[in-house]
Amino acid sequence: MDRSAQAGPAANVLAWSVLLFLLLPITVVFPLSVTDQRFLSLPYEAPSLQHYVTFFTSERWLTSTWQSLVIAVFSTVLAVATGTLCAIGCWKLSTRLTDLVRVLMLLPIIVPSIVYALGIYRLWIRLDLLDTYLGIILVHGVTGIPYVMITVSATLANFDPRLEQAARSMGANLSQTLRWVIMPRVMPGIASGAIFAFIHSWDEAVLILFIASRALFTLPRRMWDGINENLDPVMAVAACVMMLLSMLLLAGDLWLRRKRDE
Amino acid sequence: MTTLAATLPRTAPQTRLLGASLSWWLLIAPAVILMLAFYAFPLAEVLWISFTEPEPGFGNYERLLTSPALQRVWMTTLRICVITTAITLVAGYVVAYALVSAPPRIQRWMFVCVLLPLWISVLVRAFAWVTLLRSQGVVNEALVAVGLIDRPLRLIWNEFGIAVGMVHYMIPYAVLPLYASMRDIDPRLVPAARGLGATRFEAFRRVFLPLTKPGIVAATVLVFIFSLGFYVTPAILGGGRTLMVAEYIKLQILDLIRWGVGTMMASTLLAAVVLVLAIFARIVDFRRLFGSRH
Repeated sequence: MDRSAQAGPAANVLAWSVLLFLLLPITVVFPLSVTDQRFLSLPYEAPSLQHYVTFFTSERWLTSTWQSLVIAVFSTVLAVATGTLCAIGCWKLSTRLTDLVRVLMLLPIIVPSIVYALGIYRLWIRLDLLDTYLGIILVHGVTGIPYVMITVSATLANFDPRLEQAARSMGANLSQTLRWVIMPRVMPGIASGAIFAFIHSWDEAVLILFIASRALFTLPRRMWDGINENLDPVMAVAACVMMLLSMLLLAGDLWLRRKRDE
Repeated sequence: MTTLAATLPRTAPQTRLLGASLSWWLLIAPAVILMLAFYAFPLAEVLWISFTEPEPGFGNYERLLTSPALQRVWMTTLRICVITTAITLVAGYVVAYALVSAPPRIQRWMFVCVLLPLWISVLVRAFAWVTLLRSQGVVNEALVAVGLIDRPLRLIWNEFGIAVGMVHYMIPYAVLPLYASMRDIDPRLVPAARGLGATRFEAFRRVFLPLTKPGIVAATVLVFIFSLGFYVTPAILGGGRTLMVAEYIKLQILDLIRWGVGTMMASTLLAAVVLVLAIFARIVDFRRLFGSRH
């Protein structure tokens, strides 16, 4: 049956205009980053890499990039380790109480960041964790757990619980069952969850305004200040760097999914 | 003593069961402890402070009734959220509609267009909109060069700029639930209605549209909730001139250090989100979204 007969030409034109609107801001950033001018504009004569040179020789931008990477890596490890175990436990037990646990783990997605930011700011003042790696990694890690819970729970949803029971009845203890039976099965979910958790930390721009100020200045934090103070072309380079890493991870996720489906 | 003795036989099997599942609970424990200590507790403290600082009582909440400035912030927030949600829903509906009816090859490309923005930092997107919409920005320069306008239009640092940035951010969140609800509709229904003499518009309005209602509700809830507490895009594209509630909270805490008013606004924001969720939780199955088997 010809399903394309459903949407009329008017609907299709409208839909594609919306899609172009979605792509517009993404496509404009790269041309801006290769401008040959000293101010933010499209290239006048020929594209130039001068602002990339500035970015990759600027200590401030490189330090920020490095700090962002370190924080993202460690908070991803934290989110993946705790989130995966929690998803497995909830899947196995599956009681009313674990449903409550799932709701608790969903909180960081539902609650607006700004509300949580106030609470954690206050707590970090008291614990003296403002502007420290530990403080930021804990916050990014905890708020990254939901993404891991969702992806790992999704892979577990199709997993026959009897396989786990069979392993246990043949004498495997819990850690052996986890390692040889459950983990291989949920690996794709863990990988997707790790990618989401990493990008969550890499892009996070609200909490960082509250919990970091001088010693630690992540890439989003530096961009935030740049947008509000001076719009120079290096900002476009930084935006491209941020997008590039996200795109690479997205491609990695798609590749993993395709491999899984084969 | 007698009550204890009476309860013992009943609790005994339960403790045995708990013993068997104890190791599984230990797997859950680290995440729960982290989440309680570093998420739920600070969140609860925000609510607590709103009732205790600067002095115990409902003083902060009374301001909500008496202060025109606070009321204006909420009215602005609600107005922008309603406008954003309405535009997002129409745009998302059109895209989802085109998506379900597109041939698979084109459908894949459309999906890339929808999902790509989701993966780009919200800050990068706000920055891109600034470069596009400001008075020396790409859009204004292009319009002047073509000769459509003499002077640059004010496209940013007002509610228009905020709406553009927010709609752009929210559209993917509307498309996904709408697409999911449309995908499940029997594709023969609309042609059948047409065959029975309905016009294209009538078939859409009386057959297709009612069937997508669950998707519309889910998309509305999702977009509206995300819009209410949105910080980055309104703060950058509003340029400090149009204050929405999230930015107002940030000002109170970081710039004015008025914890009472700041946490009160944060608590009302949280209450608004929970209220919207509670009203629609029966219609939208949020648990299924989170992989629960119940």
